[in-house]
Amino acid sequence: MNFDFSDDQKQLRDQARRFLAEKCTSKAVRQVLEGKDTYDRSLWKGLAELGFLGVAIPEEFGGSGAGHLELCVIAEELGRVVAPVPFASSIYLAAEAIMLAGTDAQKRKYLPGLASGEKIGTLALFEGKGKLSPAAIKAQVANGAVSGTKTPVPDGEIADFAIVVARSGNSGRESDIALYIVDLTGKGVERRSLQSIDPTHNQAEIKFNGAPAELLGRADEGWSNLTRVLDRAAVLVAFEQVGGAERALEMGRDYALDRMAFGRPIGSFQAVKHILADMYVSATLARSNAYYAAWALSTNSSELAEAAAAARISATQAFQHCSKQNIQVHGGMGFTWEFDCHLYYRRSNALALGLGSMSYWEDQLIDRMRTRNTEAA
Amino acid sequence: MNFDDTPQEAKFRSEVRSWIAANAPKELESELKEASLGRIKLKSGDVLQLSKEWQKKKAKGGWACLQWPKEYGGRGSTPIERVIWQQEEGIYNKLGAPFLIGQGMCGPVLMTYANDDVKKRYLPPLASGDEIWCQLFSEPSAGSDVAGLRTRAEKDGNDWIVNGQKIWTSGAHYSDYGLLVVRTDPNVPKHQGLSMFFLDMKSPGVEIRPIKQASGASEFNEVYFTNVRIPDKQRLGNVGEGWNVALTTLMNERYAIGSGVATGFPEIFDYCNSLMTEDGPAIDDRAVRSKLATWATRTSGLKYTTYRTISALSRGERPGPENSIGKLVAGSMLQEIATFALDLQGAAGVLVDNDQKEVAGQFQKMVLSSPSSRIAGGTDEVMRNIIAERVLGLPGDIRVDKDVPFNKIPTKGRA
Ligand SMILES: Cc1cc2nc3c(=O)[nH]c(=O)nc-3n(C[C@H](O)[C@H](O)[C@H](O)COP(=O)(O)OP(=O)(O)OC[C@H]3O[C@@H](n4cnc5c(N)ncnc54)[C@H](O)[C@@H]3O)c2cc1C
Repeated sequence: MNFDFSDDQKQLRDQARRFLAEKCTSKAVRQVLEGKDTYDRSLWKGLAELGFLGVAIPEEFGGSGAGHLELCVIAEELGRVVAPVPFASSIYLAAEAIMLAGTDAQKRKYLPGLASGEKIGTLALFEGKGKLSPAAIKAQVANGAVSGTKTPVPDGEIADFAIVVARSGNSGRESDIALYIVDLTGKGVERRSLQSIDPTHNQAEIKFNGAPAELLGRADEGWSNLTRVLDRAAVLVAFEQVGGAERALEMGRDYALDRMAFGRPIGSFQAVKHILADMYVSATLARSNAYYAAWALSTNSSELAEAAAAARISATQAFQHCSKQNIQVHGGMGFTWEFDCHLYYRRSNALALGLGSMSYWEDQLIDRMRTRNTEAA
Repeated sequence: MNFDDTPQEAKFRSEVRSWIAANAPKELESELKEASLGRIKLKSGDVLQLSKEWQKKKAKGGWACLQWPKEYGGRGSTPIERVIWQQEEGIYNKLGAPFLIGQGMCGPVLMTYANDDVKKRYLPPLASGDEIWCQLFSEPSAGSDVAGLRTRAEKDGNDWIVNGQKIWTSGAHYSDYGLLVVRTDPNVPKHQGLSMFFLDMKSPGVEIRPIKQASGASEFNEVYFTNVRIPDKQRLGNVGEGWNVALTTLMNERYAIGSGVATGFPEIFDYCNSLMTEDGPAIDDRAVRSKLATWATRTSGLKYTTYRTISALSRGERPGPENSIGKLVAGSMLQEIATFALDLQGAAGVLVDNDQKEVAGQFQKMVLSSPSSRIAGGTDEVMRNIIAERVLGLPGDIRVDKDVPFNKIPTKGRA
């Protein structure tokens, strides 16, 4: 058994960490946070130049074809520095969807642009409040054109195209749902940025009004393809969350060693030590669950759906827990704009929602475990 | 990243598998499956006797205490081979409970500190289960702070005379030998005045009294020492260095317990999966799902954390600190799960009456026994201290008694 990343993958991690330490400083993140731009363009370019965008995209489509474990490694590093780039939208969602459901021609058309960073993709799924389900999809495609409103769309303002989840028919069944590729710079598309709890990632509302829509995958398999894309993205986001959780733990630990109160470092108070120990526990559990999901993703295992849901839940809880307790350990300083604690707190709460809320993933997990149990019996 | 055995490991696994298939007490399988929590009881017979039989069989086949050298009753296996054995032994692992303390904690101390004659005499019967050992560390005034123990040993010629009291000694009532830490010098700071011995539990002056536990069972004991004579050649490590010797066992204790602790999750999942409520299957309830999902991920998180440790072993590396979280996570989960299961049963959850109880009353038993899993082998708070200090590098607690001679340390909390 080797339930760990390889030496090459660890080298890639070191390379990514060095690059991000230099290019993705707190100052750079704050440029986006404070609205100077919708994302960090020079960081995006740098990530593209290093080939990080295309590690899981096959060579014939413009990537390096290294694989999904490599992508997990990079995701963790991006999470550690709360990178303000549309990586998840473009790579975990759009590129994965096309790799999963696209024809050869579609792959040739879209993947090289995504791998080089010249094009940015996203997934236009949600239509306002409520739980992720086929019934919540109202956007409709007729005669090759989509109409409806999607909100929030991650990186919706900056993406060049979106994978749009819409109805291809009116039977009221799940098989109505299909995926479409829609050019966001073309006609019939109106978009505006929305304020969110985490301004380091853009969120937008997109109104489609007869925008040309190109079918992605079979028309009656849209929902199942979507759930498979979400499973894959959940694994990758889990690595971002693990990276963020561990960084929050380190920040808390470092502060606890330096900050003095009552004549001693606050890290010598048991109440503080135990907060940090519990952060270590949740981050460690999340990391281990994420590793299993990474294995399932990289081998296309039949256990992927269950592993992804477990990784998603564990990593979401860990990042939320660590980012909020990091603020607690920092006291008043943790609640200032100036300290970085809130960047992690914001990100953890935004990532918790981006791929569907907790109850969706709890259902995914429990339903899979139940099926497996029945099969075993 | 893969879960594959190396060719060597695969060969070893198939050897283990076929030996177990041919030798395991299959007649106990279904009972062992049900008796999944805490110390077990079996209808088929006396657990201790059945445990000894299985252990003996393993020893004869060369499958006892795998990582120990052959000459001491082991197999000279690598750490990864021991893990493979554990995985394959599966449900029959539960029969190993009476030997856990002796083989997991006392054995390694003998291995490190005893001379060869002692090792040759005591290790093989410990491995084969012919002799059972217990751990005599905790005292009424010294649990988490075990170095504050007061049981005295005074030199008398080539012997030591021991007086005092131990408490919480699991299995003392069926043990043949005990590993005993005592104070040999009260005039120096507490960690410096300790020494380690082993003794025959039948020695004159040793009196064992069972303690009735909060759960109603009696698995641990008080052990009184009145002028018990122990030969100096049964000392392990130098006089005054008992603390270092004790640390060897405590580290092994955490390692042994960390691997494969009971979480209660498989039981609660099966229960919710089969339970029908007025509103339909319990597992379809939103609140139930939410709890199950969290426990599921904690359980899988522990499992894969162990796999990461195994991977390090398999590469021949020393495992990192990840495994220290096992007991801490599992202990409180077991307790949460048990109370939740009772709540699902409504008012009838209170009953353990034979014709009333649900699923053999296993969750009622779990409620009553689970507090111990957060105390035994280091309390939750002590485990958090360890993670904070050893893993995260935070400062140690302020120790007001560190440089004070032991007999000058205050003993009362409130005047
Ligand atoms: C089922 C069971 C089996 C056992 N078997 C054995 C055995 O075979 N051999 C043996 O020697 N012992 C055995 N023990 C004893 C066990 O190791 C001790 O009970 C344990 O170490 C706690 O010590 P204590 O009971 O004295 O509690 P205390 O140390 O008095 O602790 C009381 C409370 O104070 C807290 N506390 C104490 N010190 C600190 C600190 N530094 N920081 C924060 N909180 C602290 C504890 O966490 C706990 O909540 C067993 C115990 C149980 C429950």
